[in-house]
Amino acid sequence: MADLYPPIVNGKSVYDLNSGKYLKMWQGPQHPGVTGNMSLELIISGDQVVDCKTHVGYLHRGFEKLMERRRYINCFPIVCRICVPEPDTNEYLFAAAMEELLGVEIPERALWLRTLNLELSRLASFLMWTGGQSGAFGHGTVAQWALAHRDYVLDLFEEWTGARIYHMYMTPGGVRGELPEGWTKHCEQVLAGVEKLLGEVWHVMFNNAVFKSRAVGLGVITPDMIDHFGVVGPVARGSGMQRDVRKDSPYLVYDKLDFQIETETAGDTYARAVVRWKEMHQSISLIRQILKNMPASGPLHVTLPNVLHLKVPAGETYVRAESTRGEYGYYMVSDGSAYPRKITVRGPSYSHAMALLEHLAVGVNIADTHGLMLSLHTYPPEIER
Amino acid sequence: MKLKDILSPLYVWKRAFEKPYSIATLTEQRPGSPVYRGFHQNDIDKCIGCGSCAEICQNITIDMVQVKEAKDGDSGLRPRFDYGLCCWCALCVDICPTGSLRMSNAYTWVEEGLDKDVRETFCFTPGVDEKPWDSEELGYKRPNDYELLHLDRVPMPHLPVEERLSSFVEMVKGYSRELARKEADRCIQCGICTATCPAHMNIPAYIKAIREDNLEEGLRIMYETNPLPGVCGRICTRRCEDVCALSHRGEAISIRWLKRYLADSVEGQKYAEILALEVQPRNQSVAIVGAGPGGLSAAYYLLKMGYKVEIFEARPAAGGMLRYGIPEYRLPYEAIDKDISFIVSLGAVIHYNTNVGKDVTFDALHENFSAVFISVGLFDSNRLAIEGETLPGVISGLDLLDDVTNGKIPVLGQHVLVIGGGNVAMDAARTARRLGSDVTVLYRRREIDMPADREEIEEAMEEKVAFHFQAIPIAIEKTSDNRLNFIWGKAEMVQQEEGKRPVPVMIEGSREQVVADTVISAIGQSAHYHWMEGNAITNIRFGRFNIEADRWGKTSDDKVFIGGDIFNRTADAITAIADGHRSARAIDAMLQQKA
Repeated sequence: MADLYPPIVNGKSVYDLNSGKYLKMWQGPQHPGVTGNMSLELIISGDQVVDCKTHVGYLHRGFEKLMERRRYINCFPIVCRICVPEPDTNEYLFAAAMEELLGVEIPERALWLRTLNLELSRLASFLMWTGGQSGAFGHGTVAQWALAHRDYVLDLFEEWTGARIYHMYMTPGGVRGELPEGWTKHCEQVLAGVEKLLGEVWHVMFNNAVFKSRAVGLGVITPDMIDHFGVVGPVARGSGMQRDVRKDSPYLVYDKLDFQIETETAGDTYARAVVRWKEMHQSISLIRQILKNMPASGPLHVTLPNVLHLKVPAGETYVRAESTRGEYGYYMVSDGSAYPRKITVRGPSYSHAMALLEHLAVGVNIADTHGLMLSLHTYPPEIER
Repeated sequence: MKLKDILSPLYVWKRAFEKPYSIATLTEQRPGSPVYRGFHQNDIDKCIGCGSCAEICQNITIDMVQVKEAKDGDSGLRPRFDYGLCCWCALCVDICPTGSLRMSNAYTWVEEGLDKDVRETFCFTPGVDEKPWDSEELGYKRPNDYELLHLDRVPMPHLPVEERLSSFVEMVKGYSRELARKEADRCIQCGICTATCPAHMNIPAYIKAIREDNLEEGLRIMYETNPLPGVCGRICTRRCEDVCALSHRGEAISIRWLKRYLADSVEGQKYAEILALEVQPRNQSVAIVGAGPGGLSAAYYLLKMGYKVEIFEARPAAGGMLRYGIPEYRLPYEAIDKDISFIVSLGAVIHYNTNVGKDVTFDALHENFSAVFISVGLFDSNRLAIEGETLPGVISGLDLLDDVTNGKIPVLGQHVLVIGGGNVAMDAARTARRLGSDVTVLYRRREIDMPADREEIEEAMEEKVAFHFQAIPIAIEKTSDNRLNFIWGKAEMVQQEEGKRPVPVMIEGSREQVVADTVISAIGQSAHYHWMEGNAITNIRFGRFNIEADRWGKTSDDKVFIGGDIFNRTADAITAIADGHRSARAIDAMLQQKA
């Protein structure tokens, strides 16, 4: 078995494709499930991956450049499209960066509603991941359950914001509109359903011999790799790292909510899955806390200077928030004109899906590469802004 | 491996006995939520075609297409949506100044005809092209408490009422730089105002100049269409504001005050430098009769084109109605002088105290000049045509305003009656208040019918001017103590013709009386043409009330043009200025053709 692996020289596998021992194989760039459009150039020996190169760029839409040619208000409908399954972090960070440069403070109730929006979209994004992770290991039933419940969450968004995927709710200056009547009740029904689902998922997915045998020990991230690869979010927390932007530098109303950073220590696919499972419970708890403690009434929006010719004072800022993949950041530079000089989006998948995946994929069974990608919870659209 | 891990997944079978998540049939359509952002709906009668939706749309989804005739306050354009481009952000709905645009909760659109062009099957103009969701009640509307526009105008600082009444000091203080920029920021730059302004001033452009603190550029933009901005910035009838897109849900932009801010912020000495005119001198010269806004405007544009201009003005100062018909507290003389002195500095020769027909004949003008522009204004007050009108103590509004301008202080007595509901009536009433009299205004129609500027009516009320509406004058009598007894009858409003405004008809037998010291009649003015005599007028055709002229102000005599109050119906400064500009171009065209 050992001689199947090519020798490693200077940290790189050295292999001769003409030797007949190795096969080059592409995974993607067609959409291989919920991992999105990116491709892995795999060198396999038998069914073991001996080398992996990642290729991104298939989803490049040039958002950052587009925004340099658009007025600030016209960037608002664009930013959410940077990440499809969890667009709200983009909306929030774009608005927050702009508000910071403008020196605008948004009303208290808008802060609570934004937090509610972010937690709800976290839940939707994790449910989608649940579907992906279980599906990648062949557990189609759990995948369908999870995606059905994600749709219930999207129903809530539709009822609240008027759209299922791109909510465009957190406008610069506050939020758009009140929670509709009866929404809180519907929300509680959905949350109860998701809670029940999480119990079922625990039985069917986590306490499952197949899942365990494939996930345990797959893609182990040791604590010393964390800073080296820039690992954040649940991936870092799966390796025992206490890292969560919501606690490290609380934004919105997270400092008023009661929650703990959820961690696991093993650092493998299973541990990361458990962290996410716990965080879904955490999100549900946070949503309930928000609905309970939110001010009952109050303004939702401050009108900015006329958005058609709004000029943002010169300056720069970096704002960040915890998404389901970890620290999401917006770096915004204004030269005092009506157009952003530069907006750089830090999508956490950037560090996870490229260098880290290339490192972790070596030695993995070809059938487990999907599961590995999913365990890093990468969304290629945010790699290629 | 534990046995539990093998058995636990069998839990999945429990679901087989529960209600499925999926919907059993797909035949029934699931409606979008009540706030769903679906296909657009537009109330095209409410929509004014301002194009703000197209302006804010980042996808260029919206084209403004002509669906009806343009008129004042309505471009006749309506938004047409291309659903190949729309991203359903609803910013168009949020910014809509009239609130006509909204979204239905419909999200499916099935159209027959694969052979059709996508422009037909993918695009539609809501409210014009019929769609199944046209009457759908549900869907996204701009939520309450969420507003992208600033609907309230920046308040203009005024003198308090007590201070106003004690002097003729200008009552409107004017915007500071900060206030002006804040007000200018509200503008959405749709240009509905430009289309309505008689002079078609490029209002959005100079408002933009204010916003960007580029006052010199602003001044240049104003002078392209209006050489009396300091005057118009104070007393313009501002039809632009009546049609302002923001006035539909909020308050119109203070276009007039912004214009005033621009004109006041640049010193008069700098005008020449900022407006540096490159003039190519021409030989022809043009005579202008009357140095009112029409004449001055024509003079400015003719001078710009290189013609020599001589203005013949009957009075000792230029400005016409601006100076002699508008009181100082609304339009200070310095403001008039600032604008006029720039026009004079360009080389306009003004012959003051020169009556055409007396000091110089119309024939002489016609002969000695290449063209004549007549803008004499309406200086004859209409008569009340009732008994006792000639009694001493009965004067006209214009006479009063004229006297005050000339520095005379008329003695009006304790109680003054003003007859009329126009701007001259308001000016006369408020002037009388400043001279210390109690004032009552009598107007034959209702308050809402008053032709005077709404603002002037409100300010007159603030200044404690009393009003009697639906009051028809009957006669004026002298009382034993040498005062005047004004007899009037109460009228009722009768709708005589469908679609026209109701007419006041005196209630039979109604007879009321008021005792006053002075009666001021201000029921409109007219012009006379006795001064036009000689051979020169043989070619000029006179209509029933007026000289006949085409839309360029050109009379049946090629050389003679008219403009200002004697020509247009609205009889306001801005229209006179527009007339002057237009006739200047027509005179130029005529002279170039000849040359």
